Amino acid sequence: MVWERVQEKLSILSDAAKYDVSCASSGSNRKNTNKGLGNSSGSGICHTYTEDGRCVSLLKILLTNYCIYDCLYCVSRKSNDIRRAGFTVQEVVDLTIGFYRRNYIEGLFLSSGIFKNPDYTMERLVRVAKKLRTEHRFNGYIHLKTIPGCSEELMKEAALYADRLSVNIELPSEQSLKALAPEKKRTDIIKPMKYLSENIQGFKHERKLIGKAPSFAPAGQSTQMVIGASPENDLQIMSIANALYKTYQLKRVYYSGFVPISNDNRLPKLGTAVPIIRENRLYQADWLLRFYKFSLKEIINEKFPQLDLDIDPKLSWALRNLDQFPVDINTADYEMILRIPGVGVSSALKIVQGRTFRKLGWDELKRFGVAYSRAKHFIVCKDQNAMPRDLHEEKLRQTILGQSKYAKSLSPQFSLFA
Amino acid sequence: MTRLNYDGSFEGFLTGVFELYDQKLQSTELVRGTLFQPLLEEKIIHVHADAHKAERVWSGLKRKISTESLNNVFKTFLSEQPDMERHLLEFIRNAFQSPVPVEKDFGNRSTLYISQTARKVHREKHRMEAFVRFQRTSDDIYYAPIEPDFNVLPLIIKHFKNRYADQHWIIYDRRRGYGIRYNHNSGEVEEIQISFEENLSDAFLPESVVAEEEPHYQQLWQQYFSSVNISPRKNTKLHIRHVPLRYWRYLTEKRTK
Ligand code: SF4
Repeated sequence: MVWERVQEKLSILSDAAKYDVSCASSGSNRKNTNKGLGNSSGSGICHTYTEDGRCVSLLKILLTNYCIYDCLYCVSRKSNDIRRAGFTVQEVVDLTIGFYRRNYIEGLFLSSGIFKNPDYTMERLVRVAKKLRTEHRFNGYIHLKTIPGCSEELMKEAALYADRLSVNIELPSEQSLKALAPEKKRTDIIKPMKYLSENIQGFKHERKLIGKAPSFAPAGQSTQMVIGASPENDLQIMSIANALYKTYQLKRVYYSGFVPISNDNRLPKLGTAVPIIRENRLYQADWLLRFYKFSLKEIINEKFPQLDLDIDPKLSWALRNLDQFPVDINTADYEMILRIPGVGVSSALKIVQGRTFRKLGWDELKRFGVAYSRAKHFIVCKDQNAMPRDLHEEKLRQTILGQSKYAKSLSPQFSLFA
Repeated sequence: MTRLNYDGSFEGFLTGVFELYDQKLQSTELVRGTLFQPLLEEKIIHVHADAHKAERVWSGLKRKISTESLNNVFKTFLSEQPDMERHLLEFIRNAFQSPVPVEKDFGNRSTLYISQTARKVHREKHRMEAFVRFQRTSDDIYYAPIEPDFNVLPLIIKHFKNRYADQHWIIYDRRRGYGIRYNHNSGEVEEIQISFEENLSDAFLPESVVAEEEPHYQQLWQQYFSSVNISPRKNTKLHIRHVPLRYWRYLTEKRTK
């Protein structure tokens, strides 16, 4: 390798890839067979964190940032005047192996601008994955971006080598896509999603039936939506996410707060704050959908089409549904305990297991990691059967907002963008 | 008060538990050699680690508690916390005495202590799996020094053995003065002790002993680490929560020249 040149390319092509938020390296289970290199198992590892606190698990780069398209929200768009570069297939392979052997990364996340045409680009992405798997017997994690509009054969080949594939939905509505990414068609995005979903299910089924079938994107597919570049509200965004989880069995939907990159008047101006809190609330809502057994309607609906920025969606739901509280943690079922603000999955499990030995009071709850100052408004336990409570939505909201944790978690944001 | 003094090994600890039952000792403390300070008016028994006795306690425990709790007992031991013997002892006593399983009785202090301590140790195990940074030497060994809070080397062997099956590697605990070495020809991991020469005692090996490509890869990784940062979103508090300062010394991306 010509080290200086590679370093320069790396700086350009990792910089361009970083706005793609997905970093998950979990969900695959590739064993290291026959003394090859690496494995990917269960939960995935964050090998380090960026200075803004995001997990770094994969070498996330573009093969090239040359692009024939002109999506407004993207730094690599054709009309943008930036430094361009392109890796060779071999360079990406060497970087991946070199980093992996030093335990810097779990694997590779390779995306690309579109050069020449979608198939030409996709073919190169596939070649990287193939080389890693066959020549280097690499069993680490590989996530490939599928280029909208590429052929089904290439997609299929990609799925045979990669752990996860993703097609970005990009924007929360077709109008916005038309306005901001005129060359991309909604169908070019939905079609591959559908194809992948059907085949992932198909191969899984086949493996069950006859015990063997090649692994086909074993970690499933994911997608990403840019938030805040277009006018959709949280209800529209969450409805799309919900539909994607249900219809195409997506593993993850990522929400990416828009970072202003130009002064085009169709977009938020340079210097507009990145909607970090909003992005965070969307992830929390997404989490409630997937792990806390909430339905979409409970979290967000026509009456409350926007997630509350001051408080998290679980607390927000609780305040709107005070008639369901207080919950007796010594008798309530697990699902309801999970819904108590200040109680997470791990403390909820401790509660239902611990209470079979003795009745639980505040002492135990605190030791289980329950956030007392929040949870106390919603709980009945051994120590107090009927504490006089403020079961008034607005009052309770103010009380909780006044508590230090919330005050603190909000202040840096405001001081940053004041 | 009787005190059992053991050698600090897990086998020694289990042997201590065996003696306790065997000699029907009441109100007894188990103290590891390094922390041992004789007090007045007490009876001291020195325990000699005995594989057979340790095995009997371990398999007895196996019948009483789940594999997960068994692992938690081991992890709690590896925490090396000053009061871990006391809690382990109480937990083991409860486990042997009670007709029903006690491991989920989190209202009991020792049970909770073990579950929480094991979790801390487990978290550091996980962190080490993430933060180990290998440097390739000129004789083709991937070498990584570490200084974990807890004695986690025994817990990470499996992970690294499975992952890096086709390269020679050494992970060395500089705080405790021992390491593990994987030999890819034999596929075996063994414990080693190295006496370092003066110039090898830094977190990073000098260029004279590393492979030609090594400094380049370190630089590329540093380049990558700085490029992926989105500076308008800088959040140092969050960063340090995920990557605590005490681990920085050995992280390539934090290396300053
Ligand atoms: S096709 Fe992809 S890389 Fe090209 S401008 Fe659009 S979003 Fe950017």
